[in-house]
Amino acid sequence: MVGRAVTLEAAIRIKRNGFTLDVALSAAVGETVAVLGPNGAGKTTLLRALAGLEDVEGRVTLDGEVLDDTSRGVHVPAEKRRAGLVFQDHVLFPHLSVIENVAFGLRAQRQPRAADVARKWIDEAGLGDRAEALPRELSGGQAQRVALLRALATGPKLLLLDEPLSSLDVSIRAEVRRELTRQLASFNGVRLLVTHDPLEAMALADRLVVLEHGLVVQSGTPGEVTARPRSRFVADLAGVNLLRGEAHGDHVTLSGDASLAAPDAGEGDVFAVIHPRAVALYRTRPDGTPRNVWQGQVDSVDLYGERVRVRVSAPVPLVAEVTRAAVSELGLNPGASVWIAVKATEVSVYPA
Amino acid sequence: MRRARTPAAIGLLAGLGLLLFVLPLAGLILRAPWSQALAELTDPTTTMALGLSIFCSLTATAIALVLGIPLAMILARTRGTVRNVLRALTTLPMVLPPVVGGVALWLAFGRRGIAGSLLYQAFGIQIPFTTTAAVMAETFVAMPFLVIAVEAGLRSLDHRYEEAARSLGAGYWRVLTRVTLPLLRPAIFSGAVLCWARALGEFGATITFAGNFPGRTQTVPIAVYLALETKPEAAITLSLILLVVSVAILVGMRDRWLGAL
Amino acid sequence: MLAFGWLAACTSPLATCAVQSCPEPKTLTIFAASSLQPAFGKIGNQFQANEVKAQGHVVNALSFVFAGSQMLTQQLGEGAAADIFASADIAHMTQVNAGGLVASPPRVFAHNRLEIAVARGNPKGIHTLADLARSGLVVVLADPSVPAGKYAAQALKTAGVTVKPASLEQQVTGVLSKVAFGEADAGIVYVSDIITSRQVDGVAIPNDQNVIAEYPIAVLNTGHNQAAAKDFVDFVLSADGQSLLKAAGFEGV
Repeated sequence: MVGRAVTLEAAIRIKRNGFTLDVALSAAVGETVAVLGPNGAGKTTLLRALAGLEDVEGRVTLDGEVLDDTSRGVHVPAEKRRAGLVFQDHVLFPHLSVIENVAFGLRAQRQPRAADVARKWIDEAGLGDRAEALPRELSGGQAQRVALLRALATGPKLLLLDEPLSSLDVSIRAEVRRELTRQLASFNGVRLLVTHDPLEAMALADRLVVLEHGLVVQSGTPGEVTARPRSRFVADLAGVNLLRGEAHGDHVTLSGDASLAAPDAGEGDVFAVIHPRAVALYRTRPDGTPRNVWQGQVDSVDLYGERVRVRVSAPVPLVAEVTRAAVSELGLNPGASVWIAVKATEVSVYPA
Repeated sequence: MRRARTPAAIGLLAGLGLLLFVLPLAGLILRAPWSQALAELTDPTTTMALGLSIFCSLTATAIALVLGIPLAMILARTRGTVRNVLRALTTLPMVLPPVVGGVALWLAFGRRGIAGSLLYQAFGIQIPFTTTAAVMAETFVAMPFLVIAVEAGLRSLDHRYEEAARSLGAGYWRVLTRVTLPLLRPAIFSGAVLCWARALGEFGATITFAGNFPGRTQTVPIAVYLALETKPEAAITLSLILLVVSVAILVGMRDRWLGAL
Repeated sequence: MLAFGWLAACTSPLATCAVQSCPEPKTLTIFAASSLQPAFGKIGNQFQANEVKAQGHVVNALSFVFAGSQMLTQQLGEGAAADIFASADIAHMTQVNAGGLVASPPRVFAHNRLEIAVARGNPKGIHTLADLARSGLVVVLADPSVPAGKYAAQALKTAGVTVKPASLEQQVTGVLSKVAFGEADAGIVYVSDIITSRQVDGVAIPNDQNVIAEYPIAVLNTGHNQAAAKDFVDFVLSADGQSLLKAAGFEGV
């Protein structure tokens, strides 16, 4: 990130009803950062805090301006910080037409000819024929696009998007996503979106920040994050087996005293990742090179086209990816007894 | 989707409920001395009482809007004990017998009342027996209906609309006037209608606090009550006139207020 | 505004007989003008005390309905059942009589005079009806549709005084309470109201300007207890009844 002018810096903590959000975050102009996490991770709270809608402890600066600083008692109210917020389900003013929704922020800023400016935005977005429509007359995709226009028209320095696609029908998501990508590219400010949908995050973001239980567990490019998952959530979205344990040179001790052989594991607290394709299944105990062999029982069998994911409960519970032919050949029905084997060289270990 | 059939028992009970409204109404209409209605309508006592009733009830509603909406906003923001106490205070006039309300108004705003005595001593102003007193009595009794309706509207309002407006740079007053109040319009409208209807029918608090004098404090309900003792036909006619005027105003206001929604 | 007064045997301290041997008292329903409430309360107590003295227990449970004469008349016209009607004026009794509800000819049992009610100590120095016309004075009268209001208007007319009332109350107690609360400086009410209210002072109105209200009483044929009704009316007209009425500010017959 060297060389880029970082324009959003946030280190904040919010405590509410036994839940604590404690996040340090930075984002630069021209960069789209996606905060990714499961429901309840605190993503929306984070977004609202940056928009000035939550009481926070800590410090937030945008383009050199201090927006929040509890140590100095600074809090710039939402209407004074130039942060455009796009809500999950658009939250267009139901009593105002499309053009009046878009003009709302311009009027609040006392801009002359607000309606003309709003119309220009609407025309450019190809929504000119919907200018006089009320929000309830719009399709979901149109409403979301108008909500984005409404935020962009005020010329914010920071654009905050809360699950911009998740309220839309799957059938129109792709189209709205393309539109969103185009709009984001032309927006000259800091772009931050939160989502629980990895696909949305990967498609729109340059950088991911993974949030779980109010804490940042991982951040980096989408490639970096999925290559080295540091949480069950990321591992699941990357489709890999994630284990955690204590490394002792050539093996990792897992919970329940199971041991996982892995070359050059190092020492200390580590994550171990095994791709399901690297997990082999046998009817009887296999001979040969695999160092990691356990007996277990088939838990569940899920079909993904020609590939099948078999979840096995064993001293080291793992998901194996096999072909449909293998399933019938080995009789892999839930409850069936099975042997698992993983080559030590297929285990990738990195510090936790 | 097919809706579940409504059981006959529900229909029967609903019918009985409706009958309770319809029969007295039918009684008024059937027993009305229609031949005298026109004469009654042009009688100065009637026109004065009707004019006063409309003036007082509309003024009371206007005051209730100006004072009641802010009160509802405060109520909607409070919680716990403070809220319970505030709500009990504002809804008290709804459960208080109106005559008791009238006496209470006396003790507050009468010549020897807590606030009224100051007014009387400083400016020689006496509120009871004036049209102001009639308006105050109606406001006292009717405003809770507006406060309750607006507070309920505020509590069920999605506050993200206000947050969206703030994030777009709108300050407090712009959010209030361009977002909150327009979104509350149905709640404000139904509250105002209830409030106005209650004010129009007000009798007990008005006659206690404001007394009865034609053209000054004699509203239609009071005129009806007095007429009932001397000439019942006039009372029935007067009641019908009040009924027709209320329905006309209700229909007219509904179109104006809710036309855009 | 109705007031119900129950003097039932079981709640009366005068009930001396055991519950077992006590015959169920019969209800005697009395419709009476509101101005009679204090006097009839005492008369009712004495009436029952006499019953206990004579028979050892209460024979009749008295159920009083106190309201404006005009409202009682209206209720009787609508079919309300009562044994006795005591009105504050002849007109309403005549109306009830015309409706065929009266069993025996009505008899006047009391007179009541008008008086000017003023605040305790008469701070405004009101001594005559003419004083009521003074500007700056808040005067309250009863509405002319109510007997007290009708009489007050007559008295003022006789005295040649024009008053601008602040309010025309729907009942005499409204006039009284407005003077008592200090909201009005003066009002015209019955002497009996002033005697029983104790919150206001009375200023007498000379005989030549005053109006004497006549209170008639009658047994009705809508009741179910005519014998007892006749006893009650006789008691009201007896020396004992009359002295109780006088104590309450009425004039006897």
